[in-house]
Amino acid sequence: MTALRGLRRWEGLLLGLLAAVVALSIARSPYYLGVGNIVNLFQLEIEKVIVVLPMTLLIIDGEIDLSVASVMGLSACVAAYLFHIGEPMPVALAAALGSGVVAGLINGFWVAYVGLPSLAVTLAGLIGYRGVARILVEDRAIGGFPAWFQALGQQPLVGPLTLSILVFVVLFAVTCVVLHGSGFGRLVYVMGNSLAAARYSGVRVRRIKMALFVASSTVSALAGLLYAARLGSVRGDMAGGFELDIITIVLLGGVSIFGGAGNLVGVGLSILVILNLRNGMGLADITGNTQTSVIGALLILSVLVPNSVQALNKTWKGRET
Amino acid sequence: MIWLQRHIRPEQIRELSLLLLIVAAVLIFGSLIDGYYTSRTFVRISTSVAVIAVVAVGQTLVVLTRNIDLSVGSIVGCSAYAVGTLIGHDKGMAAPVVVAICIGIGAGLGALNGLLVTWGGVPSIITTLGTLAIYRGTLIDYSGAKTVTTDSLPGWLVDLPRLNFLVVGGLDVRVLVAVAVGVVVLFQVATIYLNVGRTFYAIGSNPDAAKLIGLPIRRTIFAAFVLSGALAGLAGFMTLARFGNITVEAGRGLELQVVAAVVVGGVNIFGGSGTVTGALLGAFMIGTLEQSLFRLQISEFWRDALLGLLILLAVASDAVILNRLRALWAKAELKLVRPPAGEAPLRRALRDP
Repeated sequence: MTALRGLRRWEGLLLGLLAAVVALSIARSPYYLGVGNIVNLFQLEIEKVIVVLPMTLLIIDGEIDLSVASVMGLSACVAAYLFHIGEPMPVALAAALGSGVVAGLINGFWVAYVGLPSLAVTLAGLIGYRGVARILVEDRAIGGFPAWFQALGQQPLVGPLTLSILVFVVLFAVTCVVLHGSGFGRLVYVMGNSLAAARYSGVRVRRIKMALFVASSTVSALAGLLYAARLGSVRGDMAGGFELDIITIVLLGGVSIFGGAGNLVGVGLSILVILNLRNGMGLADITGNTQTSVIGALLILSVLVPNSVQALNKTWKGRET
Repeated sequence: MIWLQRHIRPEQIRELSLLLLIVAAVLIFGSLIDGYYTSRTFVRISTSVAVIAVVAVGQTLVVLTRNIDLSVGSIVGCSAYAVGTLIGHDKGMAAPVVVAICIGIGAGLGALNGLLVTWGGVPSIITTLGTLAIYRGTLIDYSGAKTVTTDSLPGWLVDLPRLNFLVVGGLDVRVLVAVAVGVVVLFQVATIYLNVGRTFYAIGSNPDAAKLIGLPIRRTIFAAFVLSGALAGLAGFMTLARFGNITVEAGRGLELQVVAAVVVGGVNIFGGSGTVTGALLGAFMIGTLEQSLFRLQISEFWRDALLGLLILLAVASDAVILNRLRALWAKAELKLVRPPAGEAPLRRALRDP
């Protein structure tokens, strides 16, 4: 019960923050509420936001995947390289998704079956997959993709919505059902709370971890392709450093870094907060660096504030008795 | 075998094999690159290693206590840029003052990390992920995207990277390299022989036990972050001296190399085991790869892929091989303490209660 109340309070805090950011943005810029700006708001960060979803599952499970941004880069580079040497675009795209699956299998194998810490394994992945991407495209920028591919990334598909936004909406619904409406989702929470208990209860711990890592890398590969389609050109260092933003969004959503706690409502709100914050600061002419600092500070505060409140509560109660 | 086990610990075998791997890498690169065995190659590798190694020593202390410091790259950037700008305004600043300011800036930023982690209760990965962004963002905002250039620096600082500490058999050991070696030796001795040093290990290998015997846990973790920041500040000075031209991007991404060096060097990411010397060897391995692949022009792009593979191998060999070795050692120790034959311990205990 207290846990439930705590959750409600956290999401209430996020909702308040969101309302404040939106209100400030509306007050500062008349363009804020237009459909164009709302779509733009999502479109500019959509690839990160897509990867947030599988990352949420992984962190609730008690693991972490630092290699997501490198897998995004890898898949884009695989597609670009194959296209560059003359393969048809569909083949290149399929191979790119395949590279994501393979990356996930590699991560999952070492973490789930050999039992290495995911922080170390995916750090190796972060550096290694980026390395493979660099080997493929070296220091070129590959562009000139077919018109339909770029149109998929840049033109609206249904109404004002682009393919990336539709992908996000569908994935968000699927993740919601999996995490909050299925037995699999319960097991993810159980494993995050106590891996040993899950194992002794006969949960197929390894298989679930493997599935989560493969899902994470495959979705990242898809996001990488969407990013390539939106930019229209691919470089070896694309999507570099995205893992920080992605993990920040998940943790700001109230997901515990130690696993076992958090939900998609919080993460959804946190996505809206970050997107609106970046967009609002952008409209108010605040540069990208200040935006990054503010989000970094928000990340620390998201843990510091509840901690301090708890500590204060404790001393207060201690004085009463 | 028993004799061997009594004198060598499994961790030392690991460091020895890393040393052999470095030698093998040098031999392989030597056969591939013409004119590899020169003093220039040594200078290039050792100077690059020096910066990574100094930061890796601090990182080792933090990792030993079951934490991680991802903000070191930003601290290096802040310290290098801030002092580069300061010295541009006042060229007459004395060298010790310059170094002290660098270390002070680093220690201050590290102290903020430490405060948040120990008294704020924010997990270190979240804290330093946040401060990584904050320190860098603040630096870029306040700098106005200006660049520190070599001609704004005083002569002694520009000449420092080419200054030799000593020359051994035709190999030039630069002052910067000597500083790094000094730092490593100092911290190796301190962590092995001083009580304060052992506290880092105790807290990392069993926090509950450390708390029960009354070790100052918060103070030690705080100290680890301050030292990590201070050493990153020192590395900022070394970066300033080495490159001369400092942009606001200085040191970006260094945290990855440093964590990689620490992990390759055999420091357990879950705390409690590993040595400063191991981290130095890890840094040397990475530096050798980086600087040598750079010379093999086609393979420059292979650097990151190889580095990733190296980290994976290092962690995997820890889990698979080192644990077996430890089990073997543990068994041997059981044999050593077996009571003398003839009288069972239980009977002896019954006889004189």
